[in-house]
This record gives sequence, structure tokens and C-alpha cells, in this order.
Amino acid sequence: MKREETIEFFVENARKDFSVVEKNLAQVINEIKDSEKKKLNYIEEIDVKNVLLQFEELKKSFENKDSKYYGKLFGVPITVKDAICVKGIESKAGSKILKGYKPLFDATVIERARREGAIILAKTTQDEFGFGTFATHTVKVPKNPFDIERSCGGSSGGAAGFTSFTKSYHIAIGESTGGSIACPACFCGAVGFTPTYGLVSRFGLIDYANSLDKIGAIGRSVSDASLLLEVISGLDEKDSTSLNNGFERSEVPIKRIAVVKEFFQNSDEDVKKVIQNKINELKKFYTVEEVSLPLNVEYALSAYYVIATCEASTNLAKLSGLRYGAQGEVEGKHFDEYFSEIRSNEFSEETKRRIILGTFARMSGFRDAYYLKAMKVRTKLIEEFNSAFEKYDLLIYPTMPVVAPKFSEIEKLTPMQNFAMDLCTVPSNLAGLPHISVNAGFVNNLPVGLMIVAPHLEEKRLYSLAKVIEE
Amino acid sequence: MVQVKVTIELIKKVAKNARLNLTDEELEKFVPQIKEIILDSFNKLNEFDAKGVKPSFQPVEVSNKFRGDEVKEGVTQEEALSNVVAKLKEEGYFKGPKAM
Repeated sequence: MKREETIEFFVENARKDFSVVEKNLAQVINEIKDSEKKKLNYIEEIDVKNVLLQFEELKKSFENKDSKYYGKLFGVPITVKDAICVKGIESKAGSKILKGYKPLFDATVIERARREGAIILAKTTQDEFGFGTFATHTVKVPKNPFDIERSCGGSSGGAAGFTSFTKSYHIAIGESTGGSIACPACFCGAVGFTPTYGLVSRFGLIDYANSLDKIGAIGRSVSDASLLLEVISGLDEKDSTSLNNGFERSEVPIKRIAVVKEFFQNSDEDVKKVIQNKINELKKFYTVEEVSLPLNVEYALSAYYVIATCEASTNLAKLSGLRYGAQGEVEGKHFDEYFSEIRSNEFSEETKRRIILGTFARMSGFRDAYYLKAMKVRTKLIEEFNSAFEKYDLLIYPTMPVVAPKFSEIEKLTPMQNFAMDLCTVPSNLAGLPHISVNAGFVNNLPVGLMIVAPHLEEKRLYSLAKVIEE
Repeated sequence: MVQVKVTIELIKKVAKNARLNLTDEELEKFVPQIKEIILDSFNKLNEFDAKGVKPSFQPVEVSNKFRGDEVKEGVTQEEALSNVVAKLKEEGYFKGPKAM
């Protein structure tokens, strides 16, 4: 990545000449209009009037040289996954049941981005509540910029799709529960940076699964994604699971790397070839060996889907057609009847399926066998990762076992086959480990992603290796 | 070890608990899918020996944090009602379905 293409370069110029901000903003808004005309479906909501108001305010910051002028994101347009609340802008997590909901407040990540001079540009499309691997479980399905017959990946599909589509300076805020940043970044040839669980505040996120959700960044370079992560990370008293740590872009020495054998072997031959080439290059600079994670390969998906559906079914219980979002006729109806009616009408099939799975696993008599057991299995899976990290600084493997599939192929997958696609992305997400997906090459012009995983709170290691790979 | 039989009746009961009305078509589709996921994926956890293992309710250690008990400004009544449709608003209150 050339320095002229980075956000850092853009911000330096924007501080010298405000027309840089104006030109870039006009261009990116035109690109959104263009993408909408072509039905590429990256954008869920844009309020141009609101964007122009922010622009006018920044103009004043430029003239007054206030703190936003010195901000790390001065003049940078940021898109936001629909599940993250933006004050006054429809935020519905890709769901019909939240249609029309305009939050009264900004999520902490939005507040922090604004403080650094960012322009909150638009909401991006996603699977409803994040339930999916291909961003197909929603009304507006984003199409892959490399081939519009293929998926952008999910669930932050619009975020990664637009990052890859735009030629303007821009970064996207995404969110990952089981791989929703890494997967779409991989399929769209972008960089997806998912932090340690708790490093970034979840305040203002429309929850999928509380013990798994992580807000992170998608950018066209390691530099851009890392810059955004630096801005949004750090303790927040509004989120009780937020950690005392933040992330700073500084490099640390990397010596030993391990390829996780099983994740590599279970990938398509073409994907393996691309990844093998990267591994061969890395061997020139680092010790690269193989490691096995048998427990994670065998049990991570099961434990993940139990935890994710249990927590999701609890979170979605609050959505009942009152106070915000979709609302119906209450006259003459008992509350049970009203709630059931609105939920049945507004939730998609995938959401209903997951609510049923989660409600089942939490039923009396089953809770200990499924939810509690999954939490114990998670402990052992984290331990397995930690013992690998005693010997290695970082672990690597393909982000996705395939290149972006065609929509016609996705339609044929059963829910079980769909879940199995998350084999490589789920383990680090379940364990709350930070990970980054960077482009490793192409198969027939379709991007292949390399996944790098670090121990808890060692984001700097990811930053260090990912920068080398990118260069 | 849990023994569970995934039947239409069970799924109907679960759906009722979850406040979902499933159509016959949805039920017909869901039962085999859910059966497959529970038997092949969820039940896989049965074979895992986790005796004496502490559960990780969060993947990283999170300690309780307390903040001062200070009065701060909240939302106004008008703001609280700003997302409510006209027919479910009355004299500054939310209107809901009957509870009895």
C-alpha cells in the first residue's frame, strides 16, 4: 500500500487544505449513489443532509483549529454497520422489526470517531442481527465488487463490500460475533481487524451475543484499519465488560509463527496454494512451523452455536413491537398475542430458526447440558490456544476455506453446511482472541484472505506482521 | 448426557415460549433442520469431558466495575416517546396491549 493511499496521508493534507475533505466527501457520496443505482446494496441508510451538516461543522473546526482539526480522523468518512447506533439515523441491524428506529444517542465508538474529526457517512448492510456468513439473511443483499454474482461474505458484508468498491478515502466500522469482520474482509480483499473481546466498548451496539460481540475495523490497508481501531478502543464506563486496555499502533518483534494444520488442510486446493505461497515468503523472515488445535477443530463450532443462539434468543426477547421499531395495532389484543404476532411477521426465517435453537437450549433440563457445558468447553479451547502461544507469537491459516461463493451456490446450503463455513473464523472469536484478515492473493480474480491470530491483548503483534505481509 | 427427541410438538412448545407463531410450512421446514443441528452439533458437547472445568462466561477475565452513584441527565419524556407511532402514544405515555 502506497503512503499516498492511506488515511494518515489524507488527514495530513486535509489539515493543510480543506478542499481535500470536500472533494473526497463529494466523491464518496457519488460512489454511494452509483452503487445504489447498480443495486450493489452496500448502504442501508444515508442521510445526506446530516452528512452536509457534519461537513459544515468540520469546516468551522478547520477555521478555528479546534481539537477535531487535530483529530486522527479529521475529515475522514466512516461507514457504520447497521447494528451500531448512530444518533438520529435509522439503526436497525438489518432487521424489519427495528425499521424506523432512530437512536437518541451515539454508540461509544461513534462518539470517539466524531471526537477525532470523522464524518459519519452512512449505515452499511448486514445479515439480520449478524446471523449469517454471506450477508444474504436480509432484505438488501450486498454484492461482491469482484463479481456481482457472488457474496460479499457476512455478516458485515456491506462494510467490506463498500470498502473494496470505493476509490475514496474511507474506513468502515464492522462488528464480529463469530467471524463477521474477517469473513467479508477476506471475500472482498480488504483488511478486517477484530480486537480482543472487551477492547472496544459495545455500548450502543444492537447485541447479537453479549459474550462474543466485538466491534472492529475494516479498511483497505492495515494502516487504515489499525488507525480506526486505535481511535475506538479503550475503557468505557458505559460497558461493564470493557477492559482497561487500548490499542496503539506500534510494532513489536515477531519471531515464531505457526500454521494451524487442520484449518489449512480443510481448505479448498486453490486457497491452499495461495496461502502456501505466503507461508513460503514468511519463512524467509520468520521461523514458521505447524501446530495442531484438535479440540478447537472438533468442538469450537458446536460450543459457539450453542452460546451464540442462547444469548441471541435472550437479547431478541426485548423486541416486541413497543416503544420503537415496527409497531402494530394493540387494541383488543392480549400482550402475548401482540408480541407473537409482531415477532412472527417481522423476523426473518434465519432469525426465527436461531431463536428457536437458543430458546430450546436454555429450557429447563437442558440449560446445564448445553449452555453451561459450552461455557466450560470454551475454557478448554482457550487453554488450547494459550498453550500454542507459549511457543509461538502468532498463528496463521486461511480466513475462509473457500473464495466468495455464488449466490446460487449459497442457496443450496443447508443450515448445518452454512454453519460449517465458519470453521476457521469461529475459534478465535469464541476465545475472544484478536485477529486480522489480510489479502494473501487471488484465485481467478477472487480474493483469498490470510488469518493471523494473537493472544489476548496482543493486537500489536497482528499490526506488526500484517504490515510486513502487506508490504 | 441429554436425551432429546426433536418433534413437531417440542418445536411448537419452544416457539410458544419464544413468542413466535410458526406456520405449518415453517414447522415442516424447521423440524428436520433443527433436529440435525441439535443432534449433530449441539449434542457433540456431550462427549466432551469438562468435569471440574470452570465455565468462561466471558472469554477474558472481566471484573466488576462500579461507578459513583451520581445523578446525571437522562432522556426527556418527549425524547423517550420520539420512536413511538402516534396511535401508541397517549397523554405522554406509551400505550401497550392489555396485560390481563
